[in-house]
Amino acid sequence: MEVRTEPFVLNMGPQHPSTHGVFRMRVLLDGEVVLDVEPRIGYLHRGIEKLAETRTYTQFIPLTDRLSYLSSMMNNHAYVLAVEKLCGIVVPERGEYMRVIIDELMRISNHLAAIGFFLNDLGASVFTPMLYMYREREKLLDLFEMVCGQRLTYNYMRIGGLSHDFPPEFLPAVKQFVDEMPHYMAEYEDLLKENEILLARAKGVGCVSKELAINASLSGPVLRSTGMEWDLRKKDPYSVYERFEFDIPVGEQGDNYDRYRVRIGEMWQSMRIIRQAIEQMPTTGPMNAEVPHLLRPPKGEAYGRIESSQGELGFYIVSDNSIAPYRLHIRPPTLINLTALRDMVIGWKVADIIATFGSIDVCLGEIDR
Amino acid sequence: MDRYPFDNYWAHLGVFLVIVLAFVVVGVMMYIWVERRAFGVFQLRMGPNRAGFWGILQSVCDAIKVLLKEDVVPFAADKWVHMVAPVIGFLPVLLIFAVVPFHYGHGFLPDLNVGILYVVAVSSLGVIGVFMAGWSSNNKYSLLGGMRVVAAMVSYEIPLVLSIIGVVLVSQSLSMNAIVTAGPIPFFLLMPLGFLIFLCSAMAEINRGPFDMLEADSEIVAGFHVEYSGIKFAMFFLAEYGHALAMSAIAATLFFKGWEGPGGEYIGVLWFLIKMVFVFLLMIWLRVAFPRLRIDQLMAFAWKFLFPLAIANLIVIAAEVVGFDGDIPWWMMWVNWVFAGAAILIGSRAYHLGGGRVEVQA
Amino acid sequence: MKFKPEHYGLGLLKGLKVTLRHTLRHRITTQYPEQKLNVSRRFRGYELVWDKDRCTGCATCAKSCLQGNIEIVTAGRQEDGRYLVEKFELDTGRCIFCGLCVESCPYDALFFSMEYELSTYRRGELVRSKEQLERTADKRISGYFRPEMEALLPKQTLMLDKAGQHTEDLWD
Repeated sequence: MEVRTEPFVLNMGPQHPSTHGVFRMRVLLDGEVVLDVEPRIGYLHRGIEKLAETRTYTQFIPLTDRLSYLSSMMNNHAYVLAVEKLCGIVVPERGEYMRVIIDELMRISNHLAAIGFFLNDLGASVFTPMLYMYREREKLLDLFEMVCGQRLTYNYMRIGGLSHDFPPEFLPAVKQFVDEMPHYMAEYEDLLKENEILLARAKGVGCVSKELAINASLSGPVLRSTGMEWDLRKKDPYSVYERFEFDIPVGEQGDNYDRYRVRIGEMWQSMRIIRQAIEQMPTTGPMNAEVPHLLRPPKGEAYGRIESSQGELGFYIVSDNSIAPYRLHIRPPTLINLTALRDMVIGWKVADIIATFGSIDVCLGEIDR
Repeated sequence: MDRYPFDNYWAHLGVFLVIVLAFVVVGVMMYIWVERRAFGVFQLRMGPNRAGFWGILQSVCDAIKVLLKEDVVPFAADKWVHMVAPVIGFLPVLLIFAVVPFHYGHGFLPDLNVGILYVVAVSSLGVIGVFMAGWSSNNKYSLLGGMRVVAAMVSYEIPLVLSIIGVVLVSQSLSMNAIVTAGPIPFFLLMPLGFLIFLCSAMAEINRGPFDMLEADSEIVAGFHVEYSGIKFAMFFLAEYGHALAMSAIAATLFFKGWEGPGGEYIGVLWFLIKMVFVFLLMIWLRVAFPRLRIDQLMAFAWKFLFPLAIANLIVIAAEVVGFDGDIPWWMMWVNWVFAGAAILIGSRAYHLGGGRVEVQA
Repeated sequence: MKFKPEHYGLGLLKGLKVTLRHTLRHRITTQYPEQKLNVSRRFRGYELVWDKDRCTGCATCAKSCLQGNIEIVTAGRQEDGRYLVEKFELDTGRCIFCGLCVESCPYDALFFSMEYELSTYRRGELVRSKEQLERTADKRISGYFRPEMEALLPKQTLMLDKAGQHTEDLWD
């Protein structure tokens, strides 16, 4: 006798412990097997792009903090880069080195949080790996607080440079952090790299092929895990990245485990860059370029992009020679990476949706803007 | 001692019920406190430390809070099933504690001569309660949880029982007290493989540790008890931790020689409690360190890894019992350890936690 | 056939070893409110401190706020060229503490305070009036964009110095 089964729709709604933010998915399930996934977004939409049309260029910087709030200063950097491209402003060397150090510290902080949440979604219950990574992240947040006074929304970069200079105890503290970190990274490797349960849950699960990744314009660790060596810091260098020596970690299959390994690899490379930047940074010299108080860029448009911790973050600004932009559009890396979720997850089980979603490392602030 | 102190069956039943209930409730509260403080120790933080000295009253405060909550029943839920499910989930815990030998010679009841069989039979009743909860909530999440429960708990019964049979073969009696007093050394030394299988199966039976897919907080949002609040939720919570306590008590009895120890005749209860705490610290340690298994990996672990190992364990133990005519000398433990290591290596080589992808027509 | 440790259960044992090692370390919790950390010298507290004597009523801060949280009403010029400020209100409920107002004041009359324990019971009380924002001697002022204030403050306690060292236990 044939058992009759019927697929049913499960709503992983906006209130869920494991969707990183308010995110809704309609999942078509046949028992435990996923047949279709339909993301529904928009629960965190705040109209940031529209707000930009009524704010001056400097007033918009705090709003960019709220995009991908786990790596806020990178958003600042991308926006400021776009405006500088539009106006033709050149940031002095010292300012560029400071920006690089801050960017890489933010990358480490973001990847710590991302890996911690990924493991949380896998069910390392009571958050043990997450708490261990948050201990390191606390050290970084203290450093950021030392520089600009806040721990989450920094408002640190300005058009033409940065708002504050580093206090004298900042660079020694960064050096101490970078020297101590390998010991803790080795601990994470021990705890997680060869863990059979993690391998069973993450290896081979949620694969993306290289062709699909390129066609869907994915970027960031998701793209690099498929084996494609594409990093904007090497392919289209901005700031002073061409002066540093670092590798690009790539994966093989594009599954969850590869994304996790790529993020760990990127943390190692970030530490390398920070060490080189601290050595090479000029100790004297101007930090900011000469920029008028109320900036009026010439008529035109510009697209500034950086390699943020989630992918290629781009700002497209159209200006009509007034104090506020005419139109500002943000290219969110996580939204575009999310479009591949359906292909990654079809055929797997319910538990794998959450795990795969966690490994893409979304941040709802960026998706919904 | 008389059959019925106070010479009255009903008085004895009343006193016995109160004692068991008090023991289970207080034991669960202590267990929750130990677990939260232990998580804090593993994670470099304090656990609860504000309510009472060292946070001991934290569980009491939590219990009071939960009891004061509003009892919400979904509109389209099956009301009678919804109400009865927590009771059926909680009942086996009380029944198990009736036969666990706390002290020299007897537990709450005089020594039941089919003690371990009774325990195995009664602990399977909990499945029904959980499944009733999953079905009656009229919620797809709890239905998913309930389905997973039935599949997983039923499949983990078999390695559990097989590892217990190994112990029974050596001690040649089903009575719990006889198991405690049998043999020169504790059984976790004599049959390490049996102990490991028992530990894994027990953790899966009580939906704990790396096997808690059934109430996975991150995926199906608390699984079968997502629609419960108030005292019914408290009963499920009590049932889960009480069952964990019961399993540690059984493990302490079977594998660690229960109440025996220096001065066992007088302070047997103390030794028993120490061993029980040791077993559940082990369970807490395993929960802290590992992520959880997916449901099909859970089933594969039971059927493809634990089940063959349990059969192998049983065959080896049976051979030893027959070979030494019932009295296994203590130095056989080295042989058993080597065998356990070899079995795990061979078993894990032959078993792949692999794949799981199903081809779907788009 | 290469020996891969993760196929034999050894990876699990390594995880157990790491968690066990953590039990032997000192805990890194700070028992608030008995123990408090020193916040950064450039901390952006939850209130502004307004220096009445330096303020000229030019309202640059109100213009630079991206939400319009600062409300200034002036009434006539005084002899030294400054405006008489009648109303200087800050809505801390809507403020995002970005610091653009402090940064833009041309006369250094606006500071951030170091307080962060400013909860109220009603939302209306979050609107701070001129008298509540005035600079008095007992207010702790942060050094955000004000280097002369930064030099007066104590050093920040960093987690870098704390983790791995002795911390105070509950019974101390």
